Amino acid sequence: MRSLQSIVAPIVLTAVLLAIWETVCHVLAVPTYLLPTPSEIARATVDNLPLLLTSAWNTLAVAVIAWVLASLCAGGIALVVSLNDLLEDAVRPLAVMLQVTPIVALAPLVNIWAGLDHPERGVIALAMVVAFFPIFSGVLTGLKAVDPDLERLFDLYGAGRVQRVFRLRLPAALPYVLQGHKVAAGLALVGAVVAEFVAGSGGSQGLAWRIMEAEHRSQTAKMMAALAVLAVLALMLYAALESAEQIILRRWRGR
Amino acid sequence: MPTPIAELAGVEVDYPRGRALGPFDLTLAEGEIVALVGPSGCGKSTALRLLAGLEQPTRGIVRRASARGETSVVFQAPTLMPWATAEDNVALPLELAGEAKASARLKARTALERVKLPAIERAKPAQLSGGMAMRVSLARALVTDPRLLLLDEPFAALDEITRRNLAEDVHALWTQTRPAIVFVTHNVEEAAYMACRVIVMTRGPGRSAGETAIAGSLPRPEGFRTTPVFREAAEAISRTLDAAMAPA
Repeated sequence: MRSLQSIVAPIVLTAVLLAIWETVCHVLAVPTYLLPTPSEIARATVDNLPLLLTSAWNTLAVAVIAWVLASLCAGGIALVVSLNDLLEDAVRPLAVMLQVTPIVALAPLVNIWAGLDHPERGVIALAMVVAFFPIFSGVLTGLKAVDPDLERLFDLYGAGRVQRVFRLRLPAALPYVLQGHKVAAGLALVGAVVAEFVAGSGGSQGLAWRIMEAEHRSQTAKMMAALAVLAVLALMLYAALESAEQIILRRWRGR
Repeated sequence: MPTPIAELAGVEVDYPRGRALGPFDLTLAEGEIVALVGPSGCGKSTALRLLAGLEQPTRGIVRRASARGETSVVFQAPTLMPWATAEDNVALPLELAGEAKASARLKARTALERVKLPAIERAKPAQLSGGMAMRVSLARALVTDPRLLLLDEPFAALDEITRRNLAEDVHALWTQTRPAIVFVTHNVEEAAYMACRVIVMTRGPGRSAGETAIAGSLPRPEGFRTTPVFREAAEAISRTLDAAMAPA
């Protein structure tokens, strides 16, 4: 009952808000370039669907590549750091610094390093920077959150360092690792879009580029169509990762 | 006195917040069941960790005749790996010691049968009741056929009926291989039922406040809890505990 309600309630609310929006635009005769009606946005979405889907795919591909690279880097660094308190003390402030530095401020530097003729590399690198911290933090927290009595048991049975990592700490960290990856995936998508904006080039041809392009041509309905596709993409990504997390955790704990 | 399997001689353990234990002495013979009773924070669990070799004393001597792998511990919580099946959990000590997987699995299944849990090998801890999870923990402790078994308040989180059943089962298991057992508890009656010798500890830092020997054979005969031997032993332990708890 609760799950049905959680599906129906947001759909009904969205429908009501769209109906109010449509009505207000018609009644007040709001010009399309200022605020198009939901029906005009829907029409613009359908008319530009192939282009928007290709752009959405480009943005998603950048986000996924950045997410995978961030997972490898952040996961690997967190694993190494977890084995040595001195290393952890040294690395953690740097990771936090990377997290709190606005991506927009890093963009020009990253674009120069990536090469101005390879904007997609810069975009991937920036999205990766945004996705790094949640994964690093999740993996490190998980590796450190093992039940102390289980650690004592491994001491008692004379477990080696490798056995301890692979048979205890990594499996114990799984819920934290998944949580970190879920947060990071959403941020990677946001990072990809923001990075496309600040890259300021059509080289990556993602959704942000479609938004900028429509803005330059005052095609507000198309701009909002790109936004709608981005919102749906983000929702689908979140739903897919949430489901994957539930399934994996159910298998992990056996129910 | 038979050969001691473990001995604590004048051990003291200091933590940054102060002394946790001692000076404390304990000599444990092969096959003996000893209970440590005392208030919270008296250092019972610290003494157990010293016997297990999981902690070193600040002063004093710990002697152990058992080699690595011959000592097992059961904690207050079942302390199972939530991602692993009951069989994986029980096989863990053997696999960490390098035993072949097939043989470790076979021994794990046998250990689960010994604690009356056949046919749950594939279940994970979240699918088990508190009593069942504690039995899996007991099976893991027994799978290596330890000479020294350390039980740190293993029944504290269980209901009375489950506690009584498990106490009987621990005795039944003890008769099979006769490991020496140190049993830490808050519960005077549980101590009098389980052990041949009960050591009462003072408030922290824990020292021995007195010792009570409990007559009668192990495993306990039916109705042992209603016998004068049991009642007198429980009263003697209670008196020692009251004296130990009295303000200095």
